[in-house]
Amino acid sequence: MNEIVQLLIYGVVLGSILTMGAIGVSMIFGILRFAHFAHGDFMTLGAYIGLAFISAFGLSPWWALPSGMIGMAAVAVLIDKVLYQRIRRTQPVILLISSFGMALVIRAAVQLIWGSDNQSYAKGIQFPWRLDILGGLRIKPDHVWIVLIAFALVVAVHLFLTRTKMGKAMRAMSDNMDLALITGIPAERVITWTWVIGGGLAAAAGVFLGIDTRLYPVMGWTALLPVFAAAILGGIGRPYGAIAGGMVIGIAMEMSTLVIPAAYKPAVAFAIMVVMLVVRPQGLFKGTL
Amino acid sequence: MTMLLEASGLYGGYGGVDILNGTNLTVGDDEIVVIVGPNGAGKSTAMKAVFGLLHVRQGHVRYRGDDITNARPEQMVRRGIAYVPQEHNVFPSMSVRENLEMGAYLMSGDISARMERVFGLFPKLRERRHQQAGLMSGGERQMVAMGRALMIEPSLLMLDEPTAGLSPLLIDETFERIREIRDLGIGVLMVEQNAKQALAIADRGYVLATGRNRYEDTGPNLLANQEVAEMFLGG
Repeated sequence: MNEIVQLLIYGVVLGSILTMGAIGVSMIFGILRFAHFAHGDFMTLGAYIGLAFISAFGLSPWWALPSGMIGMAAVAVLIDKVLYQRIRRTQPVILLISSFGMALVIRAAVQLIWGSDNQSYAKGIQFPWRLDILGGLRIKPDHVWIVLIAFALVVAVHLFLTRTKMGKAMRAMSDNMDLALITGIPAERVITWTWVIGGGLAAAAGVFLGIDTRLYPVMGWTALLPVFAAAILGGIGRPYGAIAGGMVIGIAMEMSTLVIPAAYKPAVAFAIMVVMLVVRPQGLFKGTL
Repeated sequence: MTMLLEASGLYGGYGGVDILNGTNLTVGDDEIVVIVGPNGAGKSTAMKAVFGLLHVRQGHVRYRGDDITNARPEQMVRRGIAYVPQEHNVFPSMSVRENLEMGAYLMSGDISARMERVFGLFPKLRERRHQQAGLMSGGERQMVAMGRALMIEPSLLMLDEPTAGLSPLLIDETFERIREIRDLGIGVLMVEQNAKQALAIADRGYVLATGRNRYEDTGPNLLANQEVAEMFLGG
């Protein structure tokens, strides 16, 4: 019982991290109509930008989050202007393969700049809080922060999408691209904001991963599969579905270690994704796939 | 006198094949102009060409005397031209209110007065303002679509088959609303399958065939024209 609760907590932490990536993947798919394969490496780059910022100014590790998010949002917009915008009107498969190429470019750049060794935001080991009343559960303070900040970011995205004109325009474009155009919604501005949010949230996922474990050049790439699984499970193109999808995938991955070796965690995400695509391809929340 | 809309000698189509072969259209302030004709005559295509959704290869579209041929939809909206496509004309996952807000995206300032005017025309939309547009009936969706277009307070409203798929009762109601819209001083250009009923409320009508004007006259005259009735209005 104790072990199950402990794994549930890890699952929620992982789910929070995956959600940060999956919201971006889902929004980008909804508005730009392609699966963004560089999203995992956006996570990596965001994490390293945060690392560069805190080591340059000698700040505490938590500064990696805002600096990584802002930096990655800017880089995402830049990448869109340099690469994706030029091929916007081609077929989705061309965009997909290009994003795969961009993923490789980013990963190589990260290795070139920061090296391929593991790095971390803070030296030393963080001791978990032991909650004796709950039968000796161990909770790391970092995990609590990750979940709380991820929750705050989800609330912020929700308010943005439902309360602001730009957020509503994003939903409109995702709903009906042709009508959005006819209505006079400026597509390019909406797309720029999509990259700001997608890039920023990807960086948050990357920084959280770095805080939880370490930074290494393929950290985001290995997280891409569960992120896609979460986006598909929730119904791709539906940011709210991505939240549910992220939690389900995160918890399922951690829970699976009860019965199978931990090395198979990604396989669990993959299995859920495949089953979902076969049984209910539109996802839990009727996506646009 | 310059017309509100003047399209002359339009040629254009898809993939190098012309569907429009010299179509001419004019719409004046506060008049309802209906385009009728057989399937494939280029009725909807002509509307799309006017709104810049289809490349006009030859010919001109003028709005209050300004050349707007092949202008981007955003420019059309800014000038006061609103277009309601036949299908997929609402944002389905958004509420009625949000659909109307999107209609006024390019308008700055407070939009509540605009929304009140739309609610005045379609009281049902006020009741249903929090409902998701995609879950509404065909008739209600059509109201949302027209309401969305009216949010810019257009001078010219273009409607592609506004009564398609509606019940007879709703068709009557829709035409009644279109008349009220015209009485607000808005020029209406519409394509209609329900040709007889549409011509009955129209100030003027065009009969298109193979992308060319075959007949043009006042609504009542076209209805009374024996040849038009036999060829295009089903006897």
